Amino acid sequence: MKGGVMCFHHDSPAKAGVQGRRRGGGKAKAILAALLLLATASIAHTVEPSEMLADPALEARARAISQEIRCVVCQNQSIDDSAADLAADLRRIVRERLVAGDSDDQVRNYLVARYGDFVLLKPPMKPKTWLLWYGPPAIFLLALAAIIVYFRRRRGVVLAPKPLSADEAERLQSLLAGDGQSRDPV
Amino acid sequence: MTVAPDQQAGALSRRLLYLLPVVLFLAVAGYFLAALWMNRNPQEVPSALVGKPSPDFALGPLLPNVPGVARADLNGSVVLINFFASWCVPCRAEHPFLMHMAADASLPIFGIDWQDKPDAARAYIQELGNPYARIGLDQSGRTGIDFGITGVPETFVVGRDGRICFRQWGPVTDEDTAVALLARIKECRG
Repeated sequence: MKGGVMCFHHDSPAKAGVQGRRRGGGKAKAILAALLLLATASIAHTVEPSEMLADPALEARARAISQEIRCVVCQNQSIDDSAADLAADLRRIVRERLVAGDSDDQVRNYLVARYGDFVLLKPPMKPKTWLLWYGPPAIFLLALAAIIVYFRRRRGVVLAPKPLSADEAERLQSLLAGDGQSRDPV
Repeated sequence: MTVAPDQQAGALSRRLLYLLPVVLFLAVAGYFLAALWMNRNPQEVPSALVGKPSPDFALGPLLPNVPGVARADLNGSVVLINFFASWCVPCRAEHPFLMHMAADASLPIFGIDWQDKPDAARAYIQELGNPYARIGLDQSGRTGIDFGITGVPETFVVGRDGRICFRQWGPVTDEDTAVALLARIKECRG
């Protein structure tokens, strides 16, 4: 029941799609540019022609940023890949901020201020995420150290056996003497 | 024949060392199991705004007789800001709860109509009733994005100091969620 309701949590307004299509209308140049881009792009993307910036340098920066921003609706896609309405809105915001003169970091911070670190597909490096970043290498190093210690010790045992204890030396002596006292009767 | 105490301790610690992988496995498995049982909704993104001042906004009215909402309307008392839309099915499911809250009149509820057609929203309010003291029209959806919403409905409890105190993700349709939200409102009142 709860899950069913949650599915509709991200109901998409029909309006957004219609608007997008309407805006995409007359700009033959933009469409041509998009087709060219589509022809060269190796991966599928959903950036609509109407969203693209005229300045190729800014557009390239927008694409690069968008590829690192998580779509908060679909979560496992970047906003560059996602067809969700909210992703399109965020793509537009990224471009608006760039046109307004923001640096790449400022654009990212703008989104992080609203959606938290979750919006970044690559988690930032900070004390809270140290375990995440350093955990796997740390475990690898620990395992490596354990393996080295294990083999060193084993080799050590082979090369230099422990000296006999007093009890053992005495028993050995009696065995060598052949008095048979320490032997179990067969 | 006795073994020296330090030798015994060494043997014991070595035996414990052999148990370490098992202990580690149990810890990790226990964590995963607990995460499964916690009933957390992975769709729910934690809000980055809780504890922070409400974003600035000023939205025009949806209805002629109900004023719009702006940041300036938030100061002084605890209020509920409910993002909704006429196209949103769970909002419809949540509406009776909002009507109930409004009838209770314990705190003002401000509505923000998110990415919606005004005509459809007016019909929605006319059909279901108006629980909102103010309704702002956020057609571009930018105010919603400033609040970090990922969909509708989402409800924010704003404290007296104008800071966001709690965010309810998704609709309030069952008693547990309603009781939890009311408890949080009480906490936000301090």
